[in-house]
Parts: sequence; C-alpha cells; structure tokens
Amino acid sequence: MSHRLPERDRPWMMRTYAGHSTARKSNELYRSNLAKGQTGLSIAFDLPTQTGYDPDDELAKGEVGKVGVPIAHKGDMHALLDGIPLGEMNTSMTINATAAWLLALYIVAAEEQGVEQSALQGTTQNDIIKEFLARGTYAFPPAPSLRLIADMVAYTVTEVPRWNPINICSYHLQEAGATPVQEIAYAMSNAIAVLDAVRERVPQELMGKVFGRISFFVNAGVRFIEEHAKLRAMGILWEELGRERYGVQDPKHLRFRYGVQVNSLGLTEQQPENNVQRIVLEALAVTLGRDARARALQLPAWNEALGLPRPWDQQWSLRIQQVLAYETDLLEYPDVFEGSKVMDALVAELLEGARAEMAAVDEHGGAVAGVDYMKAALVDSHRERLRRIESGDQVVVGLNRFQGTEHSPLTDDAEGGILVVDPATEAEQREAVIAWRADRDQAAVDAALAELARVAAGTEDNIMPATIAAARAGATTGEWSRTLREAFGEYRAPTGVGEAAADAGAADLEPLREEVDRVSEALGRRLKILVGKPGLDGHSNGAEQIAVRARDVGMDVVYEGIRLTPAQIAASALQEGVHVVGLSILSGSHRELIPAVVRELRERGVEAPVIVGGIIPEQDVEPLRAAGVSAVYTPKDFDINQIMADVVALVAEHNGAAASA
Amino acid sequence: MSGPSGTELAERLRGGDLTAAPAVLNLVENAAPAARDEIAALLRGVSPAALGGEARAHVVGVTGPPGVGKSTLLSELVRAWRTAGRTVAVLAVDPSSRRSGGALLGDRARIAYDPEDPGTFIRSTAAGTRLGGLAPATRAAAHALAAAFDVVVLETVGVGQSETEVAEVADTVAVIVQPGSGDVLQFLKSGIMEIPDVLVVTKADLGDVAVRAQRDLRAALRSIGRRGTAVVAVSSVSPVRGIDELVAALDAHRAGLDVAARRLAARRAGALADFAAEHGERGVRALGGRRVARRVLEEQAAGADVPALTAALESRAGAPS
Repeated sequence: MSHRLPERDRPWMMRTYAGHSTARKSNELYRSNLAKGQTGLSIAFDLPTQTGYDPDDELAKGEVGKVGVPIAHKGDMHALLDGIPLGEMNTSMTINATAAWLLALYIVAAEEQGVEQSALQGTTQNDIIKEFLARGTYAFPPAPSLRLIADMVAYTVTEVPRWNPINICSYHLQEAGATPVQEIAYAMSNAIAVLDAVRERVPQELMGKVFGRISFFVNAGVRFIEEHAKLRAMGILWEELGRERYGVQDPKHLRFRYGVQVNSLGLTEQQPENNVQRIVLEALAVTLGRDARARALQLPAWNEALGLPRPWDQQWSLRIQQVLAYETDLLEYPDVFEGSKVMDALVAELLEGARAEMAAVDEHGGAVAGVDYMKAALVDSHRERLRRIESGDQVVVGLNRFQGTEHSPLTDDAEGGILVVDPATEAEQREAVIAWRADRDQAAVDAALAELARVAAGTEDNIMPATIAAARAGATTGEWSRTLREAFGEYRAPTGVGEAAADAGAADLEPLREEVDRVSEALGRRLKILVGKPGLDGHSNGAEQIAVRARDVGMDVVYEGIRLTPAQIAASALQEGVHVVGLSILSGSHRELIPAVVRELRERGVEAPVIVGGIIPEQDVEPLRAAGVSAVYTPKDFDINQIMADVVALVAEHNGAAASA
Repeated sequence: MSGPSGTELAERLRGGDLTAAPAVLNLVENAAPAARDEIAALLRGVSPAALGGEARAHVVGVTGPPGVGKSTLLSELVRAWRTAGRTVAVLAVDPSSRRSGGALLGDRARIAYDPEDPGTFIRSTAAGTRLGGLAPATRAAAHALAAAFDVVVLETVGVGQSETEVAEVADTVAVIVQPGSGDVLQFLKSGIMEIPDVLVVTKADLGDVAVRAQRDLRAALRSIGRRGTAVVAVSSVSPVRGIDELVAALDAHRAGLDVAARRLAARRAGALADFAAEHGERGVRALGGRRVARRVLEEQAAGADVPALTAALESRAGAPS
C-alpha cells in the first residue's frame, strides 16, 4: 500500500451546535454559518422543547430560548428552516424524548418546501438511555421511550431511508465522568438495548439496513492518543456486534459511523483562552487516523465554561476545523496508526476492559434495567476525577497548576465575553404560542391528538403517522407530549447518589467530619442540607458531586434529582427541616429561577441560607446576592472540600446568630 | 432552644394544625439535653390522657426489600388518600448506613405530591443505629403526628425483622413483595417473619408472574393457618391498578382492630426500646430484665405517654429492688 492516497479525502461534515432565542433569530444564525463554509446544520433546542413543554407552561419559566431555540409547532419549524434547501441539507437535531415529534415537524416543513420525506438527510439524537444516565431531558418511562425509538427506526428505514433515526451517545457519558472503558461499554450496551427493541418491530431481512442506520455521537477528551484508540476499539466492537448478535453481513452496514462534539467538561473558566488548544487537540483525536475518522464534527467554543457562545466564538471553532481540513496535510494519507504497536496495545487494553464492563451491564439486566448500576458507576468515576484534580494528581493548566495569569482581554466587553439572551424573548414566545392556538382549526387538532392517544395506548400501530398528522394539523410540542404523558405515565430517573460508595478512607475529610459533628451537636440534630436543581436543566453532575461529598463529610443530604419547581424545592426544604439549601443551574436560567426559589422559601418561613453553584457569569453574582443568596460557586471552584467548609461555617454562623437574637 | 415549645406544638396538633409538622420533627429529632423536656411536653400534650382517647390517625407501616417499588407505590397511595380527602404524613426511614455519620435521604424523590397541598407532609429520617431500625425520634414523630393527620405512614426498608419493629408502632403493617422473590415465602413458612396484616405484590403489570406470586403467598398463609391476611396485587406503572383494593384492605384491617390495645402495646414497647437505647442492655439488666420491665410498664396508667413510661422504668432501675 502506498503511503499516500491517490487523491485527497473529502473533509468530514462541519457543523456548529447552534440555536437560541427564537426560530427567526436562529434561522439568521444558520444562514450566516452556512455562508461561512459550514457544511451541515446542528440544531440546539431549548429545554422546554426538549422535555415537551410549550413556552407558556409553568415548568418552562426562565428556560425559553436559553440553551437553544424554542420550537412549539410547525410554524416555528418553518421559520427556523426558511430559505434553507432541505433536499440538500444534512441536519442534526439534538433531540431525544420528543424526537418523534421534532422529526414530524421537520417532515412537514419539508413538505411545505415541496421536498419529499424520502429525500431528507440528517440525524435525530433520540438516545433516551443516556438521558436517564447523564443529560436529564427524558419525558416518559423507559419502556414506552424505547418503543418510540423503535417506532422511529421502523418508520424511517422505509419512509425516510437516508435519515439516521438514532445517534447512540457516549458523548454525555464522558461529560458525566465516564472513563474511556465505561464510555465504550455503556454506549455498546445501550445500542444493544435499542436494537433488541427494534428487532421486535421490523422484519429480520431489514435488520442489516437498520444496523447500518445506527450512528454514534462520541466525545473526545484531551488525552487524544487514548481517545483515538477508544474510537478504533468502538469500531471493532460494533462490527463484532453486528455480525454475531444481529447476523449483519454487508460490510457497508457494519461500518462504525460516528459524529463528534469534543469535550466540554475539561474546558476551564480560568484563563479561558487555553480552551482553544484543548479543542484543537481533541479534534485531532477524532480526525488523525483515517480508519476511525469522524463523519461529522462540531467543536465547542472557547467560552463554554463562562456562558453561551456568541456567533464570533462559534466562528472561531469552525475555523479550527477548516484549518485542520484544508491547510494541513491530514487528509492526504492512509491510516497513520496502522502497524503502530502503541496504538494496537491501547486498543486491546480498552477492548478487554469494555468487554468486562459490558458483561457487568448484562448481569444487571442490560442497559434499561441496568440504568441504576451505570448511573452509580458514573457518579463514582466523576467523583474520582474531581478528587484527582483537587489533589493535583491530574493537572489542569490554569486551574490547579500555573494559575498566575495576565489579564485576559477576551472577556472585556460589557457582557463578559458571552451571549446574553434578551429577557423579553420568553414573554414574546409565550404570547406567540397562545396566539397560534387561537388561530388554528381546533377540531382538526383535537381529532389528531385523539388518534395519537389511541395509537399510544395500544402497541400495534407505529407512532409516526399519527405524530406527523398532529404536526400537520398544527398541534403544539406541549400538546403532543401531554398526550403521551397521559398514555405512558411520568418518570423520575435514578439519581445515582444513594448507591455511590462512601469515600470512607479519605483522610483529608477527617477535619471536615469533626467540624460537621461539632456543629451538628450544637444544632441538636445532624446538619441537614437540601441539594436542589430548579428548572428543566438536566445537567446534574455538579449537584450529585456536592450531594455525595456532603454525605461523605457527615451531613444528612436531601437530593431529589432534577427538574423541580421553586415551590417543590421550598416545600421539601420546609418539610425536611434543612439547615441550608444548595441550588445548581447550568442552563443560564439562574436569574429567574434562583430568586424565585428564595422567595418561595421565605414565604414559607424557611430562613435557611441559600448557596448557588453553576455556570454563573461574574456580572450575575451581585444580583443573586441581592436576591438573598449567601454564596455563589462557579466551575473555577473545583475544591469541593472548601465549599463544604464554607457550608458548615455558614450554617454555624446563621444559627449562632439566630440563637443569640 | 429555637423553635416553638413542645407544649405549643402539642396544642397546635390537637387543634388539627398540620403546619406544625416540620417543627414537630425538628424537635423530636433534637438530641440535645435541653430538648428532652420539650419532647416530653409535646408527647404529654398528645397522649390519650390529653386527647381524651387514642389519636385519630391510621398509623400504617409500609415495609419491604430495597428496589421493590415501595416509594412508587406510596406515591399512588398518597394520591388515593388525598383524593378521598384524608390528610397524610409520611415518615420515610432511609436505610443508608452512617459510615461517615452522614446519610443520603433519597426516598422522597419518588413520592409525587403537590407542593401547595397542606394535607401532605413527607419527612425523610435516617435509620436508627441498626440497619433499618427505627430511631426513637421516628416513633415519637409517629405518636405526635397521629394526633393531627388522618394517615401516618412509616416507610422502612427490609424483610424479616424491620416489620417487627414497625409493628410495635403501626396499627396496620403492609409488607411489599416483588413477584419472583422467594425470600418472603421462606420467611413466612419458617416463622422468621411476623405475619403482616396486609401483603402487597407489586408489578402486577408482569401478568402471570404476579398472579403466581399472589397464589403462592395465599397458599403459604393457608399452610400456617392465616387465611384472614389480605394479599393485594398492585401496579404502580401506567395503567395503575390495585390501589383502591389496597386502600380498602388497609381500612378493613383497621376496622377490625382493637386500636386502644394495639396503641397501648405500642407505647409500652416504645418506652422499653427508648430505655434500652438510652441505657443499653446493662440498664435493662439493672431493671431485672425485660420481663420485669414489662411488668413495671403494665402497672402504669393506660393513657400514659412514652416519656412518662420511660421515666417510670428509669425510676425503677435507679431504685434498689
């Protein structure tokens, strides 16, 4: 084999995960991104859309248009894609619980452009198991959620044949702390659960095609050699799985296809410019070796740990991809790792670990029944990672080493170098959806939803035709979801914290434990903390780590998981008699939700101090304090023991003052 | 001591003021010496003597092995009781071990309730010193809240011994079992386990498996001569079913119960447990053993509250016999 390719490879598909405020504003952003040389779309939806609520829903408060675009009905989808030729575009939608609905809206929007569904290309993320494990935007219980996925696969394989109906995500597992072995094993176990469910709903002769339509969405961290080995290992396991478990033979169907968003977990708030080189190295992990190169790539922006990126920040990340693809010689060679002893040994090591871990998941009943097991394992791994960073065993430049820095001019503008969504957006969207409902053929909507309810209650019919009919009739995201919630029931995923092993051996926790004991004795009962996640944000890693550490230093901890209203948090704090309340928000809705929680607490007579953690821009800290928050922690506060010490001191002070008054 | 006094809280509970519940729990959980008299005052204020009879509530123990679906079931039960207009307090005893002194109290996460509803109160409490054992505070809380709520639920984890302890406090004990797990059958047959008042088989959505489990349990109960014990199959996943039958079975048990006798026994058992928790086995020996202790308790007035009974034991232990 020659060491050069006869002709240069075509570059991977370049996307930017984007969307905010409104469909119209996002459409402008997409058009300008495409004009800059982006080759595919990646739609970020806001949390209400992802979890199935309309902008005027109580639970949507503070979240509309924040982390993505709100899409409530076909009119919004039409505006979002206006002027973008859907017959040629390749669109990735980060959508899971409500994936069937958003695909239906996309199909209807294409219809309006005169494009048939058979011509559509793209991906719906649609991986619900990782939502239970790591990301939190689930809406229905596991069994009906898998049925929706299986229905979509069965529908698209014949009707929308160029669509990837599901993207098995290991991305979010790494963000939740997974080791490379866990990332491989849980992603593969997850794929098995999905394929087993689909097998029930499609004829065997279609299984090869189905297998070929399953793609992956992978993460890449800064240890880029090992990360590349991870992808080679996944390719080997995937082919094995296809041949052995599902009897797939066509090599085209057996190919491991994946898209990537590189790691955000390792990006730092301190010296944020360093994130640029991290992103470049992570991009190498998924492009360097031709045999395991990504099909599509999207890179985060340098300022993700600070807040939402602006168009300029996203352009910088797109340019990284373009330099890599068009300036370097990367695409001129066959696989550069072929025959590498180091690479082969790394791959073998990962394969061995992953097979053992897949067997463990299997013993727990597979990926659906084993969600509790995997969740607890992830919480444990993440805790381990944080401990290594705290102790300095894992170096993060600018965070726990080389902290001295010149002033960064990047964050000098009024907003602190991030995008701030206009607070008026939510009210506008609320009114817009109310107007939409008033202006449609209500009888047609009612009939479509009744049919949807009938299909959902049974098991025979595929959910897609009824869903597309409801989209066409003008039903809303909230109505579609409510209909299914009524048929399927609601669900709360395991939190993973109860099962996480106690870190009993850690000697450095002793002084804190003694302090907790001392203060508890003075209080008369054990120091009790409520850790709460208000709003729709499902990123629970931070909250989980705080809960586990609080337990490990001797506190009683009430943690109820994600997606709570301010009233629910306040009622729990009152009933549980907690001494302090810790709130975590990463979606940017802290300015609305935190003051609301404080208000609800005080209205109920709970005087316990409130602390907040999350991605909180510097300029928001003072307003939160003014609203009654005692302390604010951001990603730069990586020393959890210090946070614990602060909490104990805060409780001691608060109660000391109360006793002497 | 911050917070309202025991006397004030008792008065509020007697008046049916459910908003007293959080402060009641904060008080009974307080282990500081200064709180002792306040707790005694609280329990005196809700004793049968003070109430003019036994407290109104139906005290229900719900117990079963981990992962059996207790909290989801409880969620449905709470909903059914509230729909029927009955107020509910749930004391969820978390089994997590206190290796570090701390505990993660996660149970309330799975009990859905309306935060604006004053008729539902849920409190997670850590277990006593033994795994799954009831802390003295939990027993005191059950006694106190029974004066104001219609239903007081004690949720504990375990099979084989925890229901014995719950039975010392509750009017009705429901043991939850999962189809396909043989433990309960074995425990029942071998007599390791006290016979519960109601047996609940979860996951009725599993169909045949659940039906078989129900049949096996009935057969086991027949073989030990307990035909009267209700066996109810429930499903707390959609479509939910069996909940109304379970509510009816719990009510039927309560209706056939000599509440005064069961509560009297509960208070005496509670006083002995509190005494043993405070003074250890050495203290019990100083009394002349459990048999003597029980005789001492039987000499006390039927309407006496737990702290008064405990005090009687302490005064006997201190005096030379």
